[in-house]
Amino acid sequence: MTHSPAVETYTTADGRQIGGVLMDMRNITLRFGGVEAIKDISFDIREGEIRAIIGPNGAGKSSMLNVISGFYVPQEGEVWFRGHRRGPMKPYEVARLGIARTFQNIALFDGMSVLDNIMTGRLNKMKAGFLSQALWWGAAEREEIANREQVEKIIDFLEIQNIRKTPVGRLPYGLKKRVELARALAAEPQLLLLDEPMAGMNVEEKEDMSRFILDVNDEFGTTIALIEHDMGVVMDLSDRVVVMDYGRKIGDGTPDEVRNNQEVIDAYLGVAHD
Amino acid sequence: MDQLIYSAEIFLNGLMTGVMYALVALGFVLIYKASGVFNYAQGVLALFAALTLVGIQQGQVPFRHLINAIFGTHLESFGWTLPSVLAILLTAGVMVLLAVLIEKLVLQHLVGQEPIILFMATIGLAYFLEGLGDVMWGADIKTLDVGLPQGISESIESVTAAWFGYGFFIDRLDIWATAIAALLVAALVAFSQYTKQGRAMRAVADDHQAALSVGISLRFIWVMVWSIAGFVALVAGIMWGTKSGVQFSLSLIALKALPVLMLGGFTSIPGAIVGGLIIGVGEKLFEFWIGPLIGGATENWFAYVLALIFLVFRPQGLFGERIIERV
Repeated sequence: MTHSPAVETYTTADGRQIGGVLMDMRNITLRFGGVEAIKDISFDIREGEIRAIIGPNGAGKSSMLNVISGFYVPQEGEVWFRGHRRGPMKPYEVARLGIARTFQNIALFDGMSVLDNIMTGRLNKMKAGFLSQALWWGAAEREEIANREQVEKIIDFLEIQNIRKTPVGRLPYGLKKRVELARALAAEPQLLLLDEPMAGMNVEEKEDMSRFILDVNDEFGTTIALIEHDMGVVMDLSDRVVVMDYGRKIGDGTPDEVRNNQEVIDAYLGVAHD
Repeated sequence: MDQLIYSAEIFLNGLMTGVMYALVALGFVLIYKASGVFNYAQGVLALFAALTLVGIQQGQVPFRHLINAIFGTHLESFGWTLPSVLAILLTAGVMVLLAVLIEKLVLQHLVGQEPIILFMATIGLAYFLEGLGDVMWGADIKTLDVGLPQGISESIESVTAAWFGYGFFIDRLDIWATAIAALLVAALVAFSQYTKQGRAMRAVADDHQAALSVGISLRFIWVMVWSIAGFVALVAGIMWGTKSGVQFSLSLIALKALPVLMLGGFTSIPGAIVGGLIIGVGEKLFEFWIGPLIGGATENWFAYVLALIFLVFRPQGLFGERIIERV
């Protein structure tokens, strides 16, 4: 059942390059008091792929994403990123490493415009001195223009030109999700984490979002790890899938392998646990 | 006609008093915007800054009463008088240090707590700082002189005398305070709108989780915001201290900032300015026109009554963000 990834790079059927291991989670265990949210799980994410983590409600998917993004620190196990072991880190430090994320319940800056929200994604790309920024002069001006160009590219890409000046608080749900994706992309992340990117969307919005995820991966070559509840969507999107249930890993492999895995079928059909 | 000319003079004086109120209110707005905390200690922060400035400038030995009492020494001063600019810079440094300590010793332990808990912590902080200022620099009333011009502006008096046949009394200190406040506000707006740190500050004010996810360190932003609030407190402390001496009643100017905030809105820098001006002008004119009819002393309560009326009709203040709960 386990598809052990070849270390050498390969090309997918649709012509995308899949590289070496970008992120390696080794024997991760996460507890909240006496509850084990994640039980000894290992998996890796390879450069350029779309990796999904799926599972029924309460399987520990979001906890896993929060471990990757530094919001939770696991009690046991090792997190390796780009060949280095990562010590316990604060979420903002993880973000600075090049791991961007979105949230299940959308965490945007409601008081700011769409454009300003996306610009915050580039805060860590700004190096100009303090005074020159305040006076809008020299390096700061060039930097801001360069940042704006990059942001405009993302805005075009995600087709949100017509709402760029709108305060985010006024947008409908589906567009908020898209703005959140834009902000994460603005950081030019090496690894993009999406927490239920299609939760609460209608069919049309889901199709749009799927297309954007595929396009981001294709155009920018961004490695994507996403969590989804809805199995159907994930199977079409991802290169490899991790399946979790009750904090354990019960499946790992290509969508086809996972689909035919008896334990996975049981988990989704709700076979009683002994 | 005379009444009108007097009113004009009072109006101008009211504007300038309003600027002084606005200076204090600004400190509240900054911290409230960035962390959703109503900082009860803002007034005491101004007092502490003024005390420290006087102490550093006149070379007083900090904690000298305490040291003298314990060791039987007779320390008084280091025997220097520092130039104002240097003393102000050093005091600004002390305020930054204070911000770091407040973050490390208080705020850091209260991350994720309800705003009311943080508010209570700032009350504690206010009393602590008041006591600390007392122990460090002594409880006597001090005069603060950093070289700001004071007294009647003769040029304005002679110009108005030529125009209206009545010379306006405008304090030069008030004119300077207005100019400095305008500069400070312009700098703050430029900072929060155009710099990376300003953008990060607005981001933290809006959503902590989202801010973390784009790589913003909450602790750094909090230290920064409290440092800026400390600096604003220093400016307010200098102005009020020069005007009426550095004494413990200085911390009560925070009470005048409250109605200013209710009027202008807790989240708006322009609101703090406009609110300050309305209250400054309003209370002076009210005292002049209505005061004699109802026995005077209206300045003590006018601001609060105005704020109450605002609370009824526009609870978010003139410029505050309207809070709409979607159900």
